[in-house]
Amino acid sequence: MKDYAIKVHKLTRKFNGLTAVDSISFTVPNGELFGLLGPNGAGKTTTINMLSTLLSTTSGQAELAGFDVSKHRDEVRQNIGVVFQEPALDTKLTGKENLEFHAMMYGMGKKERKERVQEVLRLVDLTEKAGVLVENYSGGMKRRLEIARGLVHRPKVLFLDEPTLGLDIQTRRYIWDYVKRLNQENEVTIVLTTHYMEEADFLCERIAIMDYGKFVAMDSPDKLKNILGGDVVSLELEGDVQDVMSRMKELSWIHTVTLHGEVLSLTMESGERKIPQLINMAQQNGAQVSCVHLRKPSLDDVFLHYTGRSIRDQEATQIEKNRQSLRGRMGRRR
Amino acid sequence: MNRAAVYVLWLREMKRFIRAKSRIAGALAMPLFFLAFLGIGFKRISVPGMSGQVDYIQFLVPGILGMSLLFSSTFGGLSVLWDKEFGFLKEIMVAPVKRIFIVVGRITGGVTTGMIQSVLILGVSLLMGFRIPSVFTLLLAFLFMFLISVTFIGLGLIFASRMKDIQGFSIVMNFVIFPLFFLSGALYPLENFPFWLRYISYLDPLTYGVDGLRAALLGFSSYSSIFDLVMMLAFSSLMVFLGAYFFEKSETV
Repeated sequence: MKDYAIKVHKLTRKFNGLTAVDSISFTVPNGELFGLLGPNGAGKTTTINMLSTLLSTTSGQAELAGFDVSKHRDEVRQNIGVVFQEPALDTKLTGKENLEFHAMMYGMGKKERKERVQEVLRLVDLTEKAGVLVENYSGGMKRRLEIARGLVHRPKVLFLDEPTLGLDIQTRRYIWDYVKRLNQENEVTIVLTTHYMEEADFLCERIAIMDYGKFVAMDSPDKLKNILGGDVVSLELEGDVQDVMSRMKELSWIHTVTLHGEVLSLTMESGERKIPQLINMAQQNGAQVSCVHLRKPSLDDVFLHYTGRSIRDQEATQIEKNRQSLRGRMGRRR
Repeated sequence: MNRAAVYVLWLREMKRFIRAKSRIAGALAMPLFFLAFLGIGFKRISVPGMSGQVDYIQFLVPGILGMSLLFSSTFGGLSVLWDKEFGFLKEIMVAPVKRIFIVVGRITGGVTTGMIQSVLILGVSLLMGFRIPSVFTLLLAFLFMFLISVTFIGLGLIFASRMKDIQGFSIVMNFVIFPLFFLSGALYPLENFPFWLRYISYLDPLTYGVDGLRAALLGFSSYSSIFDLVMMLAFSSLMVFLGAYFFEKSETV
């Protein structure tokens, strides 16, 4: 058995001169839950499409389960399961028929197929809905069915492209639990793309932050957050701000001190325990604290730190765009 | 492994076909209306170039069979676009199956549904007084129907592979399918065309398909049935080859 499920070296994809994926390199060890985090258009889906042989590479190499994605496409295909961003189910077939179609496309024998289809249906709690046409499924059920389908042929690597996009909070939680359990119980390597910070934080052992086709950082969520130096405590002060600031700069447990107008921002470990002390100290130095704000660092801050932009700004504009294109599509279909 | 893939692709087409009752009704309605109204409306008409003993309805049935196969088969090939639109094409393309078997699966599925529709139309035309000379001619007719179907599924695949979405569908319908239909002589003998239009109709595969069907079912045709057969074999091989080639080259995402 190879140690690495995925090995990527300087992988690049250009579309008419536009570089969607720009010379990325990474490895994913067997059994890891690896996340690609980035705004829409960062190149996550293009990366997945290249790794799953749907898109040819412009340059660079990628190996999946020991097979080159450009040279040994069928071997790669046999070893991966993919859950695409957009639903890819035949809605005129039942849930079970979709799974059986998949099993037969992957060359599974009749007996094995029957057993395995039942098994994955149980895994995602869809046994009772197996005989229902997929057009009658809810969004969450469709997603679960697709995850089950990705596992039917026992792939070594499972790709999940934005698995919870467009699902409500509760359903998202369910999907997260399934994904986590799959990874732990089935020893399948999972590569997941997302632009939800909480999702990457909750699920992934390791994250690559992607922006404009490049990896800007890659580490575990905790280590990425630690780079920022702990919690941020902001004090809004009235009075002699300069004195307070110089006093605080002397303290070793405060990592950084910055002043924006009347607001003093401090970074430290376990900020919630230090707040009373900070307020006392301000008063002793001739200033009144009129407002306190504590913020635990999130991956959002990490993203901001590396790219200089917030992922949420971009998300908002993207959602608006999606709505418009959806409206266009519905109009066409009448 | 690949045999199972062809089978399951075929099976999927069958299930979708049987479940889409309204689609079957829609696909049958047009040829049957053509057959009924043209057949009744032109019953007493003698078309120049048509042999005197043949009723117009006799002349029309092979043409309507050809028309039904032209439409259903081209749509069958174009249905790749629907799979693309609804995302299912990715599920097919990411499977470890050689692309040529995916094409073969689609052709077998499309041919089967096309043939089922043809048999239904043939059944209705029997009720309307159409007569089939012998079992052998019926088998020859089925061979022609098969080749017409394969040819136009191939054509549909070529268009589907070159188009991004279903937007271009009506263009194909109006600028490809209808001209092919009218040029084929399905409704009238091509002998009435001016010579330059006849030359264009020589490029239309359906010309030989419909003529072959007339040779088989009526024993009356412009060319010999052997010539029609050779032309249809050539067209169907070419279209399947090109369809498979463009499908292989097209990118799914």
